[in-house]
Amino acid sequence: MSTSSRLPYLAVSAASGLLFGAGLYISQMVDPLKVLRFLDFGAIPSGGWDPSLAFVIVPAIAVMFAAVRLGRRRTAPVFEVRFHEPAYKKIDAPLVIGSALFGVGWGMSGICPGPAIALIAFWPSNILVFLLALFVGSYAGGLFTNSSHNRRLALAR
Amino acid sequence: MDSFSPLPALAGGLLIGLASALLWLGNGRIAGISGVFGQLLPPSRDAIWRLVFLVSLVFGALGASWVFPALGVGGAGGKPAELAGPPSAWGINPILWISVAGLLTGLGTRIGNGCTSGHGVCGIARLSPRSFVAVGIFFGVAILTVAVTGIV
Repeated sequence: MSTSSRLPYLAVSAASGLLFGAGLYISQMVDPLKVLRFLDFGAIPSGGWDPSLAFVIVPAIAVMFAAVRLGRRRTAPVFEVRFHEPAYKKIDAPLVIGSALFGVGWGMSGICPGPAIALIAFWPSNILVFLLALFVGSYAGGLFTNSSHNRRLALAR
Repeated sequence: MDSFSPLPALAGGLLIGLASALLWLGNGRIAGISGVFGQLLPPSRDAIWRLVFLVSLVFGALGASWVFPALGVGGAGGKPAELAGPPSAWGINPILWISVAGLLTGLGTRIGNGCTSGHGVCGIARLSPRSFVAVGIFFGVAILTVAVTGIV
């Protein structure tokens, strides 16, 4: 049995997912309109801007930053043989183009992948359309990255 | 500013940070939702934990909405969740708008290797230069997109 199908590993995955989903609801980042009100910097002068998203992501980064520091003192995580830290360090065209395409999608909808999945819990109308499109887009991107990017990743190691 | 909610934002942010910390220190995995989701598709790698994580994510949101029903969108006492549509003056079909947004989000996060969680939370915390670039670009482009569409 591989490490990733053992019970403690799956229990950690479940606990992390539960906390993540609860965090998305409590912070209200599951609300696409609230995310859009953050992205609407044009509303800053009129006082209509909602800075909440910054108040979500900064403490999240702070906690994770501490965890990464803690992890660097260990050779391996508790239930796995190694930390799966991305080995590829180059700032390349796929990173820039991909992030820009995501930025357009995020700005159109106010939904990034975490909230897209979490919204299944509340099933707003048309969420299935978004999820199917997300699936198709990710799959199509995978065909592209599997053919070229992964080969470069392999070469870079 | 009427919708600004610093306390739930902080509490939720801490939970998201704890979730990421747990997955990292426990399993050595980055809690990047686009990555967890994307690698679920064929050719899949370690599909079981990814599925467990994503199903738990849905139940985590649902469970929190039972405990705090009045907090906001999704809870029994709050507004029902709804997706954003195209600017009304543009005369675009909402289904088409949502499809294009989902497609770009899936494609972009796959090619760019991460989203708000993978690059935004975990990558910044790891001080990854790639993530700093990605976050600067997708926040900048999303802010520009909202300025152009004016859908808020």
